[in-house]
Amino acid sequence: MYIYDQYDQTIIDERVAQFREQTNRFLNGELTNDEFLPLRLQNGLYVQRHAPMLRIAVPYGLISSNQMRAIADITEKYDKGYAHFSTRQNIQLNWPALESVPDILADLAKVQMHAVQTSGNCIRSTTSDQFAGVAKNEIEDPRPWAEIIRQWSTFHPEFAYLPRKFKIAVNGATDADRAAIRMHDIGVQLVKNDQGEVGFQIFVGGGLGRTPILGEVLEEFLEQKHLLTYLDSIVRVYNLKGRRDNKYKARIKILVKAMGVDAFKVLVLEQFDAIKDGEGTLTQTEIDRVKAYFVSPDYADLPQSDAIVDQLLAENKGFKNWVTRNTQEHRQAGYVSVNLSFKKVGYAPGDATAKQLRASAQLAQDFGFDEMRITHFQNVVLPDVKISQLPALWEETKKHGLATPTIGTLTDVICCPGGDFCALANAKSLPIAEQILSKFDDLDYLYELGDIDLNISGCMNACGHHHIGNIGVLGVDKKGEEFYQISLGGSSGKDASVGKILGPSFKADDMGEIISKIIDVFVEKRQTEELFIDCVRRVGLDPFKERVYAKSN
Amino acid sequence: MPNLIKNNQITVDAWEVVAKDEVATNNDQIFLPLAQIDDVKTLITSGKQAGVWLDSDTDYEQLTAISKNVSVIAINFPKFADGRGYSLARILRDQCKYTGELRAIGDVLLDQVFFMSRVGFDAYSLRDDKDAQKVQAMLETFSESYQTSVDQPIPLFKRRG
Repeated sequence: MYIYDQYDQTIIDERVAQFREQTNRFLNGELTNDEFLPLRLQNGLYVQRHAPMLRIAVPYGLISSNQMRAIADITEKYDKGYAHFSTRQNIQLNWPALESVPDILADLAKVQMHAVQTSGNCIRSTTSDQFAGVAKNEIEDPRPWAEIIRQWSTFHPEFAYLPRKFKIAVNGATDADRAAIRMHDIGVQLVKNDQGEVGFQIFVGGGLGRTPILGEVLEEFLEQKHLLTYLDSIVRVYNLKGRRDNKYKARIKILVKAMGVDAFKVLVLEQFDAIKDGEGTLTQTEIDRVKAYFVSPDYADLPQSDAIVDQLLAENKGFKNWVTRNTQEHRQAGYVSVNLSFKKVGYAPGDATAKQLRASAQLAQDFGFDEMRITHFQNVVLPDVKISQLPALWEETKKHGLATPTIGTLTDVICCPGGDFCALANAKSLPIAEQILSKFDDLDYLYELGDIDLNISGCMNACGHHHIGNIGVLGVDKKGEEFYQISLGGSSGKDASVGKILGPSFKADDMGEIISKIIDVFVEKRQTEELFIDCVRRVGLDPFKERVYAKSN
Repeated sequence: MPNLIKNNQITVDAWEVVAKDEVATNNDQIFLPLAQIDDVKTLITSGKQAGVWLDSDTDYEQLTAISKNVSVIAINFPKFADGRGYSLARILRDQCKYTGELRAIGDVLLDQVFFMSRVGFDAYSLRDDKDAQKVQAMLETFSESYQTSVDQPIPLFKRRG
């Protein structure tokens, strides 16, 4: 992973000093609420329902054992002993005191972490594929590019006060898009041209929120060296032309839609022509420098399968379930990536206790190379596990409650903190997740149903990515009462799509039952082995509508 | 009256910013709105201190024309969170090669001057409730920056030792 040199460390240390001074001025009244607001947001600090919420950056989801232990310490020292994995691969603390945030940032800086630009109307932390660098079928590892973008966007002086938040994601896989790049303000897809050179396909104008839109292609092939100057050009046009009169129309997607992508591109190219090949042009030295931090670890030379593991797979259903659902193919023979599941009845999806954080760190140390990835599914991946060690790892994960074998199934729910914590939320989201987790507790049935993404957001801001869930649930407020709107057919993969709203919303207590009815219709209409998303696309919404809105008799 | 911070000096900002629909009360040390740029040029020719002020919604296509024959330009921040002025400044310096004074006016607070200095501002008309003594420290918030910008065109990746 990327290791700070003295420059990176100086910048982060100076950030801590800056925020300490700003916090002091806020506390002694020199800064008003409105003046402090963007400063604290650009440090990931929200003021929430019960306490502030601090969002800690985990660049492209990559975190070391040492860093994970530091997070565990921080949750105990400054919070209530647990943290939350967010849908953008970051870590959130739900109960820090505002006064202690500078100290938290100082502790984070000691392990090369920070909360820079995890919120606010600026370029947010860049995300990527949780299997970056270990996935099969990758053009190349997207993380060096995500890191290059991270450094460029960090304290970019021109883009600290954009019309609205701005998110960039990078994908390197050819057969999957786990980074959901078309849902981002800018999506960067690594591609190879006819000459075999690696460059970027650039998407612009995607986003969730109130108006979900898929990004459109702005550039089919951009040379590597032009990445940063091209990004500068896009964001500059957005900064100057994006709407500032209405926060719901301020994202770049609205500008691109209003102008049309071709007209938008004319403006971008005008700016690009002015700075192309200028000082901001990437050098091969820099690309090589950053790539050197992401070379493959020292893998052992192993056979693809292991006889003892194969035997256990045949004999032990629990182990087989776990391996089937919670592991992912690896590019290196004899290795797999393993998902630690943070979804369990009685616990908020993505919540992790300090003990679990330390356990994850230890597992990454014992069964890998001290590294983990936080996924947008709010789980943790151990990227490099020897197949021969799977039985031992399974036993360990069970001990820590991290072995729920439901990755990718209906109960691997993506869920924002919702109205229980978040000041923006219209409705609670956690109790809905809890209903679904309790109702669908039959593993065989879950496996029978296959992959289903169920995503829950407590409001239009769509932190739970409800638009791109195969089943999306959105909390809405109707005259002070919480209701839930369901959409079907959303997808975040290569064939990304935005779900369609089923109809009028439902009461919280009915949600488990309504989801059951939707699943019943799927089971009835399903062709052999058909995925839920494919079935919805084939049969449309009508059969589902008929069932859930049928008059009871 | 706001304080003017320029060349490490703090003075009371005596410059008058004439609003778009107002008439100047003096004709020395004034910023006229963009619509009156010809008057600015006339004043300069007659030896007066005059400049043009640009609002944040100024069409950046016009900047090259604007930057000719004036030596003081002010960019207005109607609200400090309106970030268009940063890009306008950058285009003026980088693309229009404007070398005169570039002053931030309007809702200019302390915590923004570091970024302003990076994109090419060299004078700050600080909102009058803010402590001008703190500006210098604010300008030194970070000793290093990653990106190319006006104050340091060479990006960090070319300077790492």
